[in-house]
Amino acid sequence: MNLHDLVSQLVLDTKGPPQAGPWRVTADSSLGVFLPEVVLCAVIVLILLVRLPRWGRNINTAWLAFAGSLVALCLVAPWQLITDPAACGRMEIFTGMLVYDGFAVVMRAFLLGFLALFIVFTGLSGHPEKEDGPDIYVLLLGATLGFCLMVTANHFLMIFMAIEMASVPSYALAGMLKRERLGSEAALKYAVYGAGAAGIMLYGISLLAGLVNAVHLPTVAVELSRRLPTMDAPEMMVLALAVLMISVGLAFKLSAVPFHFWCPDVFEGASAEIGGFLSVASKGAALALLLRVAVGIGWIAPQGDLPGTRSLAAHHAVAPPERPTDAQRVSDSASPVPLAGNSQSDLTTTFVYATADPPLTAADPRAADNANLQQVRDYFSRLIALLAIVTCTFGNLAAYGQTNIKRLLAYSTIAHAGYMMMAVPAVLELLGSSPQDAPLAAASLILYLVVYLFLNLGAFFIVALVRNRQRTEQVDDYAGMLYSSPALAICFSIILLGLVGLPPLSGFLGKFAVFAALTDAFRATGAAYLMVLLLAGGLNTAVSLFYYLRIVRLMTMVPESESNRSVAVPVLSPDGLFVVLLTLPTALLIVGWQWLSAMALASTGSLF
Amino acid sequence: MNTHVFWLSLLVFLPSLGAIVIAFVPKDRVELLRGISLVATALTFVLSVGAFLLPSSAMHFDTSAATMQHSFVLSWIPSFDISYSMGIDGISLPLVLLTTLVSLLAMGASWSVTKYVKAYCILFLILETAMLGVFVTLDFFLFFVFWEVMLLPMYFLIGVWGGPRREYAAIKFFLYTLVGGVFMLIAILMLYFKSDLVALAKVSDLNPNNPTPSVVWADLHLSDATTQALRDDPTNGGHPRHTFNLLALAAMGQHTDAFSPRWQYWAFLLLFVGFIIKVPSVPLHTWLPDAHVEAPTPISMILAGVLLKMGGYGIIRICYPICPHGGFDLAYVVCAVGVISMVYGAFAALAQTDFKRMVAYSSVSHMGYVVLGLGVWSATAGTAYNPDYWNMGVKGAMFQMIAHGISSAGMFFLVGVVYDRVHHRNLNEFGGLFGRMPVYTALSIGIFFAALGLPGLCGFIGEAFVVLSVWNFDYILAIIAASVVILTAGYILWAIQRVYLGPEYHGPHGEALTPSNLRENSIAGVLFVLAILLGVFPQTFVLRYMDSTIDRQVENLAQWTKTVKEPQLATPQAEPVDATADRHRGDEPRWFVAAEHPPNESWHDESWQADAPGQPSGSSRN
Repeated sequence: MNLHDLVSQLVLDTKGPPQAGPWRVTADSSLGVFLPEVVLCAVIVLILLVRLPRWGRNINTAWLAFAGSLVALCLVAPWQLITDPAACGRMEIFTGMLVYDGFAVVMRAFLLGFLALFIVFTGLSGHPEKEDGPDIYVLLLGATLGFCLMVTANHFLMIFMAIEMASVPSYALAGMLKRERLGSEAALKYAVYGAGAAGIMLYGISLLAGLVNAVHLPTVAVELSRRLPTMDAPEMMVLALAVLMISVGLAFKLSAVPFHFWCPDVFEGASAEIGGFLSVASKGAALALLLRVAVGIGWIAPQGDLPGTRSLAAHHAVAPPERPTDAQRVSDSASPVPLAGNSQSDLTTTFVYATADPPLTAADPRAADNANLQQVRDYFSRLIALLAIVTCTFGNLAAYGQTNIKRLLAYSTIAHAGYMMMAVPAVLELLGSSPQDAPLAAASLILYLVVYLFLNLGAFFIVALVRNRQRTEQVDDYAGMLYSSPALAICFSIILLGLVGLPPLSGFLGKFAVFAALTDAFRATGAAYLMVLLLAGGLNTAVSLFYYLRIVRLMTMVPESESNRSVAVPVLSPDGLFVVLLTLPTALLIVGWQWLSAMALASTGSLF
Repeated sequence: MNTHVFWLSLLVFLPSLGAIVIAFVPKDRVELLRGISLVATALTFVLSVGAFLLPSSAMHFDTSAATMQHSFVLSWIPSFDISYSMGIDGISLPLVLLTTLVSLLAMGASWSVTKYVKAYCILFLILETAMLGVFVTLDFFLFFVFWEVMLLPMYFLIGVWGGPRREYAAIKFFLYTLVGGVFMLIAILMLYFKSDLVALAKVSDLNPNNPTPSVVWADLHLSDATTQALRDDPTNGGHPRHTFNLLALAAMGQHTDAFSPRWQYWAFLLLFVGFIIKVPSVPLHTWLPDAHVEAPTPISMILAGVLLKMGGYGIIRICYPICPHGGFDLAYVVCAVGVISMVYGAFAALAQTDFKRMVAYSSVSHMGYVVLGLGVWSATAGTAYNPDYWNMGVKGAMFQMIAHGISSAGMFFLVGVVYDRVHHRNLNEFGGLFGRMPVYTALSIGIFFAALGLPGLCGFIGEAFVVLSVWNFDYILAIIAASVVILTAGYILWAIQRVYLGPEYHGPHGEALTPSNLRENSIAGVLFVLAILLGVFPQTFVLRYMDSTIDRQVENLAQWTKTVKEPQLATPQAEPVDATADRHRGDEPRWFVAAEHPPNESWHDESWQADAPGQPSGSSRN
């Protein structure tokens, strides 16, 4: 391949066929599907620059950030999953560094939709004061950009960079409350822990790279499946260690026990707003990444389209770009294989794509290779299962004794991360035994996340409202809220009971979906640890009842204490309406959640 | 179809509509709030009686039909095969009527509730919707949702309007039921993912090549779309087709290998634990005395009158039909749980000095009859598969549920009446109420005698049926069960003696002991009249509605015992293994793995039976 071909392929990859016009970026090119992130970058730059001219200082940057997140959300176009699923097919973009598929669409829509809601939240609660606004919004958008990269990463270097990209703004956000000792301490703790975890993860990545000579996720899977049957014990050890260390980095982002120590401190030290942001966006992105890594190294990725080829096919006049010849393919396996020549050392190899096979059929050519990966899946799923049980149980038990509401919610989010992680072992086990059920199991994670978004955002918004009015974040000060502000107390009760996972509130749907995935995996494999996981999840639900219900009890059954300022939040005020808006999905989603389930299912099909 | 959707949904959600109306009424209009609630519960009652019992009604209940009536299925969440489906049969109809009646009476008794009336009424009406939903739904998911929806209103009704230790009692109730719910959810999911309509269609009359169908497809009340899909593609592309439909699950449990015996065993156990927490049976009963003592009177009436019945309903509707293997293997355990509850409850009732606590323990004891009656699986080889005694036990249990719903609601109401006046419940400080409140005392003694099981009153029929049926199953249990009647007579007569008889009332607030008013007399009077009517005409008022449904269910299970279970017991075989799970985990213990058919099997291809000698149940299919 000469330089000219290389460049023309790169152009095709980046912006689509040149025939479409020199400046035209086609929708199926790398840049075309990367537009939401581009918009985020543009808004970040805009917010930074707008302060320079004198007139710009009066602009409320919240509006810019809000508009930017909405535009980005529209560009993600999650409705395409229902209207035009083919447009959301798998596509490795930017020469395999990132991947675009249904899952990426849904997760980015989740993150950007959350960002939009969150900016409304900050606008209402008035937390970033005007002069701090640009800083905070830049950090928020930057972190969200990092999260978007996390959910689309397809390459271990990208994974590492995306995690860093998301973490560094988060560290700054955690310490944003200047003059607060607690916040600064938390930010420092967060940064030190983060750096340590990132280092360990990087070490794990380098071990893996040394073992299989690749860090591109699909290649790693292919290489592993090829070499696992003949691996000797030391190599296995290295592999196990590598996966363990990579998990440490992920577990840190997930705040999974025992890498959770930063979480309660950060939530307590930072403002409620930042807590709400980190608890949803950071956790959601980390879970998506966990699923990507788990499926990425445990399952041979399906064939996708090359960027630009779909619109190229539309240009009938033009011949497709020169494809590598058959000789370069591994003929009996449709797995992507590195191009000949530089494959062993190049970490960002490009790939040969065969035409897309319908995945998951009986005649799946990947079947043999995937069977070889069983050991990886077994190991990884047991590792995550163990983490999930410990995280869930510890989170719930530790939340029980908390007196600060933000700290309590921090442990609650830790526990919820545990529940959500349970979906991943289910997916991995199903891949081995009945892969046609795996998309449904993966969809349970998305369902849980969406439900959890509204629950947690609502909870933190109410915490912020109470803080603004009462200047307190102690659980005991919520006593008697029903009498001073009935609407707020009822909404908060609904949200808290939703977090327990009681039907008919939406939290139940998330738990139901995850438990269903576990049961399905248990049925398919009979692996006892899945039943243990299921029981642990169920009993933890009962344990969590205590501390959520304690707040509900305080609000509804205990009389108001004399010393408190009243928290009157009328329904017909912006604050009240936003609370109701955030509570409505929790209360009413049970009536019709088919669309959500269908969308989640449509999005996960392209993962396997 | 559409009329069924409308009327059944209206029946279930009418109380909730009332709650929505109440939400817009100012909270200081107390009388209006109570009035609207009373009208809502009364309308629900009238609707339930009118729709099902009036011969001219479109929803008239046909007592001769054994299958589900007036059912409908609407697709709700297709990605999990969840449907919005309801129907009514001989098991659910009496309980629906009991629910609407007790709710109406309890609402009538709610005039004693004076704080936060608006919230009380809303929660009360939501509670009624949840209870009705549990009894009429045919979808397991929907059943679970209704089951759990009931928790929250109950928690607040006890926790806000209850007695001094209300918060403790409320959270104890909540926690127990939630743990039960978790077990239930696990069992529901286990059954859902093992369920396979493809296998069921094969043994049903949907399969045109099946000369001896064991399942009538139309009786399962599956949606037309599902039926059509299975007609068009009988193998469903080689994949199992799951369902939450309770009737289809029951047919699968009895007529296919979809649920292996071990799978059924564990599902039965999980479900049974979930349900006996609700019943409640010893040793999972400890929430009940606390909840009853602390709950306000009308909520105690609902709790004893209806909520406890949900446990019994779950056992009869779900445990036995869906998991007969578990039911058969655990028959003795079930019966023992019932008998232990009876004995323990009765002794505990004898020991109480709190009037309400005594009545609460009497509930534990009386609900023991229900569990015992349901567990009498007498249709075995030893009795030549004669289901008569078991049939009698199940009918006795059902009758006992209705009778106990009336007598216990009455007892709690009567305790509430006197508590409202003197504000204590200490049995040793009563006495002489006969002289002060004659009408009230007469009604009380009548209702207490009904609970005692005096012949001619409603409590007798169920107890007699159950005890008689047990004799054939295990005479030791029967002797113990029969002797509990003596204990029951002991605590009830002793209570009557201490409270109503005696020369004079010596306790506190004696001046407040005014004769009962019209509202109180009419509520107790209705229950008293029903106790007599049910005792004298049990067939007319209760049994004829449930006869054909229970006959059919017991007959089916007896047939199942004969064709599936006993042959299996006669030739103990290795646990069948799952062909699809046969992969790289040879050293793993294979838990609960059922026989599954090779996916591409055609209607007539029975060759797999030859391949897998461990297949247990060929006889059920041929």
